Amino acid sequence: MINSISEILFEVRDAAKAFGAVQALRGVDFQITRGECIGLVGHNGAGKSTLMNVLSGTLTPDRGELHFAGRAGRSDWGVREAQRLGVRSVYQELSLCANLSLAENMRIAQPQLKGWNWRVNAGSQLEASLDRIFPGHGLRADQVVADLSIGKRQLVEIARAFTPGAQPLELMILDEPTSSLDSHAAGQLLAYIREFVAHGKSCILISHKLREIFNVADRVVVMRDGQVVESVRTDQTSRDRLVAAMGQDEQTTGFSGEASTTAGPQKAPLVVKVSSPTRTRMEMNAGAGEVIGLAGLAGHGQTGLLLRLQAASAGAADSAVWIDGATSFVAGDRQTDGVFGLWSIARNMSVGCLSQFRRGLLIDLKKERDGAEQWRQRLGLVTPGLDLPIFSLSGGNQQKVLFARALGSTAPIVLMDDPMRGVDVGTKHDVYALIADEARRGRTFIWYTTEFDELFHCDRVYVFNNGEVVGELSRAELNEERVLNMSFEEIAA
Amino acid sequence: MSPVLAKRGVHMLHTLLPAMALTLLLGAVFWRQPRAMSYFGINLLLDLAIPLMFATLAQMMILAVSDLDLSIGPFVSLVASIGATLLPTRPALATLALAAAVAAYALAGAVIESRRLPSIVVTLGLSFVWLGCAVLLLPTPGGLAPGWLSSAMAYRTPWLPMPIWMALVAAVLGHALITRSAFGTLVRGLGGNPAAVARVGWSLVRVRAGVYALAGVFGIIAGLMLVGQTTSADPNIASRYTLVSIAAVILGGGKFVGGYVSPVGAVIGALTMTLAASFLTFLDIAPDWQVGMQGLILIVVLGLRAAIDRLERIA
Amino acid sequence: MSTLTKSLSGVTSLQRWGAGRPWLGSCVAAVLAWAATVFTGQGHGSGDLLTAALTFSAFTVLVSLGQMLVISVGPGNADLSIPSSIALSGAVAMIVMNGNNTMIVPGILAAVLVGATVGVFNFGLIRVLNIPPIIATLAGSLIVMSVAIYVGRGLKIKPPPLFSDFMAMRLLGVPLLAVVALVVTGGIAVMLERTVLGRSIEAVGQNDRAARLAGLRVEVTRFWAYVICAGLAGLTGALIAGFAGGNSLDQGQEYLLLTIAVVVIGGTAVSGGAPSVPGIWGAAMFMFLLVAMLNAAGAGPGLRTLLTGLIIIAVIVAASSPGKR
Repeated sequence: MINSISEILFEVRDAAKAFGAVQALRGVDFQITRGECIGLVGHNGAGKSTLMNVLSGTLTPDRGELHFAGRAGRSDWGVREAQRLGVRSVYQELSLCANLSLAENMRIAQPQLKGWNWRVNAGSQLEASLDRIFPGHGLRADQVVADLSIGKRQLVEIARAFTPGAQPLELMILDEPTSSLDSHAAGQLLAYIREFVAHGKSCILISHKLREIFNVADRVVVMRDGQVVESVRTDQTSRDRLVAAMGQDEQTTGFSGEASTTAGPQKAPLVVKVSSPTRTRMEMNAGAGEVIGLAGLAGHGQTGLLLRLQAASAGAADSAVWIDGATSFVAGDRQTDGVFGLWSIARNMSVGCLSQFRRGLLIDLKKERDGAEQWRQRLGLVTPGLDLPIFSLSGGNQQKVLFARALGSTAPIVLMDDPMRGVDVGTKHDVYALIADEARRGRTFIWYTTEFDELFHCDRVYVFNNGEVVGELSRAELNEERVLNMSFEEIAA
Repeated sequence: MSPVLAKRGVHMLHTLLPAMALTLLLGAVFWRQPRAMSYFGINLLLDLAIPLMFATLAQMMILAVSDLDLSIGPFVSLVASIGATLLPTRPALATLALAAAVAAYALAGAVIESRRLPSIVVTLGLSFVWLGCAVLLLPTPGGLAPGWLSSAMAYRTPWLPMPIWMALVAAVLGHALITRSAFGTLVRGLGGNPAAVARVGWSLVRVRAGVYALAGVFGIIAGLMLVGQTTSADPNIASRYTLVSIAAVILGGGKFVGGYVSPVGAVIGALTMTLAASFLTFLDIAPDWQVGMQGLILIVVLGLRAAIDRLERIA
Repeated sequence: MSTLTKSLSGVTSLQRWGAGRPWLGSCVAAVLAWAATVFTGQGHGSGDLLTAALTFSAFTVLVSLGQMLVISVGPGNADLSIPSSIALSGAVAMIVMNGNNTMIVPGILAAVLVGATVGVFNFGLIRVLNIPPIIATLAGSLIVMSVAIYVGRGLKIKPPPLFSDFMAMRLLGVPLLAVVALVVTGGIAVMLERTVLGRSIEAVGQNDRAARLAGLRVEVTRFWAYVICAGLAGLTGALIAGFAGGNSLDQGQEYLLLTIAVVVIGGTAVSGGAPSVPGIWGAAMFMFLLVAMLNAAGAGPGLRTLLTGLIIIAVIVAASSPGKR
């Protein structure tokens, strides 16, 4: 319920934040009043997480003003300050210590719980919180987190965040809080949020389950491409309108790139088949020379599938996966999955196909050098020398090197894990052309991407939701609204 | 068997393994040597476990923050050497030296945290430092522990032999410090999820330095007790403590990463490892193979732990 | 430009040149140590000192190269079973050679094979027990030592005369032992640079997840690192036994921590993935000359050990950067 003369709790004006070449926030205006619950929705890369990080003090914006409860400030807004004034967040990465009990985790988060019987105090406070939000939870304060299921751990995370402590609680930011909860617990949480807000507190809820948004939020804010594109009261909008707002504008055409002209799947032999034992029972397959896209919201099982395919082709036993041929992998998370930081550019390229350069027992260095040089030209790599350390390259060029590594191998199936994240437009177009070229020559691509436009380079697209394949679209059937609908659909729990 | 029961069964196995191993070993020893089942016998068997217990607690603290201390053996030897040389003649200097040693330990912990150094290599370097200092103090084995220390360690405790009393003290102290106290919770939290602990606002450098300093204190207790028992010292007197303390902590239910440690288990583990060494002598194993048997015991202990861990994961 | 700015820019470009060459520090240190020793000894026998340094460093280099491979294959990897491998393989070499000149080569081969077997044993322990390699190799070394004691106790076999003579021979003034070590060094360098295994060791050491995704075989790589390391220890055991005129069981004891010190000081990254081959020579010579220098200055073994420890810690602190773990 919003009081007609409610006070603005938190206001952000013209916030902008860039990460290298990527503009995550482009001048965002955002405000939340006391006693209000805002639902924040948007597709991948919309800027939701970045905006929340700015609000919680984890990130400092490049420009913009933050006003909390009337106080102005940008430079001194940080995590400590935010927490001191009552901003708390619950993220998707759990911040519990698995080896400790619930009460002990409570103590770590709330250092003011001192004294001889701190354990009892901390425990009873947490249990009280759990009782308030999730009655019938069945948890005890002396249980160790490691013994709990993910769902139960999520309950503890949420209850802990909502526990009053030494610091006030004015604004709660929840990022996909029901992702690991069963429907009963999710319902309890939503009911509690309504009560929380009714007592004059504020809440921001990021969720891809639009039903939840309509359930608890007073207002919905839609973000797209780093901007707020819609801010409307929930009783004045509908699901379809929200989905439309999240996607492309009516004016822009869907796609302006070249279409790839590979043969239809019926003509090419199958190289990959993944059967699904889950509810949807949708099978995923790929034929030689096809470019298959994996779509849906980020973190809904796409990377997991790619890793399973890679493991299966390397010999791991997996009854649901059938794959015919070796795979190579293009990592999207360069630091953890791709780049060898101490190596040169040339070595980062050649490591995927070392056996090709072998003459007898030893690697022919000249052949290796020539191979790297060929790829440099083919990719348009900008560097004064291939022997320079890989980190001398820009992010986009580093990504090109990872492509060279995967494409340079003889593997007929190439797995791509959202590799264009944070890469500049020029690089992207170079690589799209390369992919089309290779596909014409019979290479199969399985391409997970969080950017909708890239799906137009694919022959077929599988949409993921909550770890399962929920839909298959051919290029002709592809449009953003369909993908969004499938991504935001409620899977019956 | 239902999955819940299976899980609980493996859990029980996990916690009871140290006690079961100790009981088994005690049984084996008493069967071989029935006369050992006396006040005097137990004293003889387990006397050497007393300093080891405290060294094990020191190692346990380091393992609680997911690190490893390869210098605890030389450190205890150094403290013993100080006890045999400086302590009787110049107690003030000795106290200063011991305080400096604890400070050095704390510094090591702080540097390991702030510079993300591997504890293995840093403590390996530290072991050189401790050994060098000990050799400087005692170029040849010898020295003499102060009278009050030797008499204290030789004191005939009422009702139970001293090793049992000490085990109780060590277990209670360790439990209070690590399992029950708020500080101990913070320490284990650092081992479990350092990012989460830092996010709340704790200074990881301070906590790690504190943990290492506390380990140093336990090492000092161990070293002084050792020299009180043996009355003289040498720079290598406790070098085997490094490996044995690690085995004892693991045997007692501790893990190398994740902040899972059990002080009571660690003390039981120290008793078990000492008993195992004594048991070997009862078996008349050729001296050639005694060294190897220690290694074998270590491997068996760690192998059992690995097997139980695997069972736990399946359950 | 002021002189201050000029000298500062000179320093930074020097830093940049040095940063790409991690072995530089140890080699410079070695040269300085040699100079210092010669200076404290008033210039007597500087040539003899160099010969002694090369001879003893040869042994250190051989085992340290192996340790370097193990350390480079990933953070937390180290082989602490080297002394027991040396003891066992030395004994085996003497037994097989049995004082016979014709059995020299089989003896050496047997020693290397024994070493390699220990390496396989080590790797097996690590994989099966799922514990830090340091602990696994330390525990395994106790068993290996027992076998060495059993095999070598009371062994009074002298090495074949040709073998002993070999230890004192020189090639163009350079001790033959050092030449052998140089050849092995060359072999390891070529292996790292130009074989799939060598590249795999560096890749797995830097990022084993990326290595797996790039199609490299991570476990096989680790296996070979441990086997080669122990094999080199086996070779060294045979050579040491030949040099010392017979096998003695604690002849490898100092190499336990010395190899790690040499690898660290020589510039190999402790977190893995960046072996520094020339640095091994620099650090090995430096350690020998440091001892010689301290001896010449009258310092005892205590001070030597203390300084070694401080230097190790100083080197890894200096090579690291502040930041979150």
